[in-house]
Amino acid sequence: MKKSHIFMQHDAIVDLVDGMTHLLRHQLDDRGITEPAMIGIHTGGAWIARELHDRLGCSDPLGLLDISFYRDDFTRIGVNPQVRPSQIEFDVEGRDIILVDDVIQSGRTIRAAMNEIFDFGRPASILLATLIERGGRQLPIQPDVVGLRVPLQPHEHIRLRGPEQLTLEITQRG
Amino acid sequence: MARLEHNNIQLDSEGRLRHFLTIEGLGRDLLTRILDTAESFAALPGRPVKKVPALRGRVITNLFFETSTRTRTTFELAAKRLSADVLNFNVSTSATAKGETLLDTLRNIEAMHSEMFIVRHSQSGAAHFIARHAAPGVSVINAGDGRHAHPTQAMLDMFTIRRHKGDFAPLRVAIVGDILHSRVARSQILALNTLGVTEVRVIGPRTLIPTEARALGVHIFHDLDEGLRDVDVVIMLRLQKERMDGALLPSEEEYFRLYGLTNERLENAKPDAIVMHPGPINRGVEMDSEVADGPRSVILRQVSYGIAVRMAVMSLCIQTHAEVPA
Amino acid sequence: MNISIVNGRLIDPANGRDEPLDLHIHGQQIVAIGSPPEGFEPHETIDATGQIVCPGLVDIAASLRDPGSGAKGDIDSETRAAARGGITTIVCTPDTDPVVDTPAVIELIHRTARKLRRTRVLTAAALTRGLDGEQLANMAALQAAGAVALSNGARPLANTLVERRALEYATTFGMTVMLRPEDRHLRAGGCAHEGAVATRLGLPGIPAAAETVAVARDLALAEHTGARVHFHALSAAGSVRQLREACATRLNVSADVAAHQLHLTEMDIEGFDANCHVSPPLRTLADRDALRQAVADGTIAAICSDHQPHEVDAKEAPFPETAPGISGLETLLALTLRLVDEGVLPLSEALARVTCGPADLLGLPQGRFEVGGSADVCIFDPRAHWTLRRDEMYSEGRNTPFEGWEFGGPVTYTLFNGRLVYRRDIAPPD
Repeated sequence: MKKSHIFMQHDAIVDLVDGMTHLLRHQLDDRGITEPAMIGIHTGGAWIARELHDRLGCSDPLGLLDISFYRDDFTRIGVNPQVRPSQIEFDVEGRDIILVDDVIQSGRTIRAAMNEIFDFGRPASILLATLIERGGRQLPIQPDVVGLRVPLQPHEHIRLRGPEQLTLEITQRG
Repeated sequence: MARLEHNNIQLDSEGRLRHFLTIEGLGRDLLTRILDTAESFAALPGRPVKKVPALRGRVITNLFFETSTRTRTTFELAAKRLSADVLNFNVSTSATAKGETLLDTLRNIEAMHSEMFIVRHSQSGAAHFIARHAAPGVSVINAGDGRHAHPTQAMLDMFTIRRHKGDFAPLRVAIVGDILHSRVARSQILALNTLGVTEVRVIGPRTLIPTEARALGVHIFHDLDEGLRDVDVVIMLRLQKERMDGALLPSEEEYFRLYGLTNERLENAKPDAIVMHPGPINRGVEMDSEVADGPRSVILRQVSYGIAVRMAVMSLCIQTHAEVPA
Repeated sequence: MNISIVNGRLIDPANGRDEPLDLHIHGQQIVAIGSPPEGFEPHETIDATGQIVCPGLVDIAASLRDPGSGAKGDIDSETRAAARGGITTIVCTPDTDPVVDTPAVIELIHRTARKLRRTRVLTAAALTRGLDGEQLANMAALQAAGAVALSNGARPLANTLVERRALEYATTFGMTVMLRPEDRHLRAGGCAHEGAVATRLGLPGIPAAAETVAVARDLALAEHTGARVHFHALSAAGSVRQLREACATRLNVSADVAAHQLHLTEMDIEGFDANCHVSPPLRTLADRDALRQAVADGTIAAICSDHQPHEVDAKEAPFPETAPGISGLETLLALTLRLVDEGVLPLSEALARVTCGPADLLGLPQGRFEVGGSADVCIFDPRAHWTLRRDEMYSEGRNTPFEGWEFGGPVTYTLFNGRLVYRRDIAPPD
């Protein structure tokens, strides 16, 4: 049995993104980074990254990652039906990267994404920003910037829908 | 009913690809998915690291009963770009390599934990035969069997066409040459019709067109100029030299005069028509160099797309027999 | 031993009988049809209530693989299969190893079969030595040794002059020549009917013309030589048409068809089913219908099994590399009865095609019930059904495309020369 409800509407999410922009500026200042490049993880992460990219005024085109072929459970799950090419049109080598995803849970997606980024080149640093941080980490990976921490039960699933009207939806399983 | 059952050998109980033996029996969605997945891999050659870890630790075997270094290499490269380990077996099809030996070979390699066989064989139906006898969890990809099918070659041609033309629906495609002996042509025709092109034409002398070609869903032309009129894509087939011996054709000269592609004859096609060839080209037999190296030719691009398409097929096939999640 | 078969429906097409009649057997012979002879005391009575009693089947073309390596079967295994199929007379083909081109091989075959006493095995001897198509076989000697016909097996003569001489020479001794009409050059390494299915599957095709060209040639030579020619295993509508015309001009020609050709078509090779790899190949629905029509009107007077048993490995290969043929003894009656179910021809006519029809073609006395004739009887149950299972077959060759088919009329008893050689649900007698 599945039960879903809207957890957050578009405007509230945009407020979270504004907050993330603010926090990111701080982090970049602290680290002395002036020219960050941004990469969003397909698909929800890419929507958030697009917003952040505009707000931060990054000069390089936004990079997009589809991590399907880097997942550690690839041979169990297989090819995502909506798989699309990863597009990074700037040179990753020596750059400071802001990696953006919608939700961080186990940390496996981020690991796969970092693996893929390294196949494009060796960045100087990677900074992780996620809209939602929830429990359930299985790897020692923590975001540097978070829009909102949401305490959720293991049987609850949070999902970003978009791209025009962003909504966060929580689904109960069981 | 019977046909459905037989071709379903390619699909698992949930309709996902398990083997890739022929285009026949696969729907438009599945073919489109192969092309979409291939798009993900098409950009890989531009990266510093040209591979993905998807099939790390998996063993893929090239089982070639018919030598073809070119095809074997593209499959090998595709497997390696998916981080799989590759075994290469070239089995001679001399008198000893009858059915028994073929199955023995298969069992031996399965014992090496190979999970995928890329099979090429001189007899039609060989890939089906091996797929029928493969252990559960083993996928078979047909890399060409007799005159029957060469589905990955056809899919890379579809990929090439989509890259250059976008939508399949409005297209008229002409396939020129030895349709009778061509597994590539059979797979191309099936793929083009499944993807919904407007018209598929075959052009050649009667000796090189199967008697029942119409059953394949094509229009038949014996005159090149007429057949090329208003087409968007021209696919030239390779003419094997040995066809000259079997009283199928009088001479290469006459063949080129009637069916060889020149810039002048290409005028019949649409102005933006592209020219394809599965390679290697017999220059001066199927087409002259002006066309092969000209602006309409996409022949070299076909080669690089071939790896992306084969990666797509491999990654789609191998998924379905992974361990069941706990 | 006296046996009475009582309460059955007796069908004897040769004599136009189809009525409730009892059959009484003494020793190897039929002694009465209807009421028993005076003082007849049966030792055994078979109650055939609800069943059909017909003459034991006559199969004029079956390969028994004996002499041979034994891997594909031998006379022992294959006559067991024949008994299960209600067949009491087999004309075996000369394509053995060694070939049936000497009296010694004929004697060997006959001796083995006589010892087994399970079915009558007659031989069609080789037309040319070693079936090489070049040198005539010693036909007179072969005839003296008991050959009932001459045949070049599945290896049609390529040389028309040799064929002419062979026909002339055979005619000298009044022997029937069974020809498999096929033009070797047009066959050209094909393995399936050159039609829509083979085109799609990329299988090298055998055009119908490979057969019709040969039929035309053979008919011309039959006319020229006056030979008694029998065409074995027709597959094409064009052949039937020519045969019909030839019969109309009173040429002494005849033909048989393999039972599977009346049911399967090129569609059945879909998925590269090697069990449907046969020679001549399965052709189109139109061809099948023409063959059915010819069987129905008697133009084709015999249905044969064209039995070709193979070991498992012979079919375990890519389609073109597999050995052609079907293990057909156990499905000959079943496939013939199926024609009745499908309205192709009446039961009595259908039984004629597998009893007196083939017997008459070769001038054999079998395939009919005659007082004083040998007691060869097939009893089957038209009310019952059975399903063919490969692992239940008696033949050494399990190569059949009919696995899992449900058939009517299982054979319940087979008697050969007055001896019970098969009884359903009881293990085969030794």
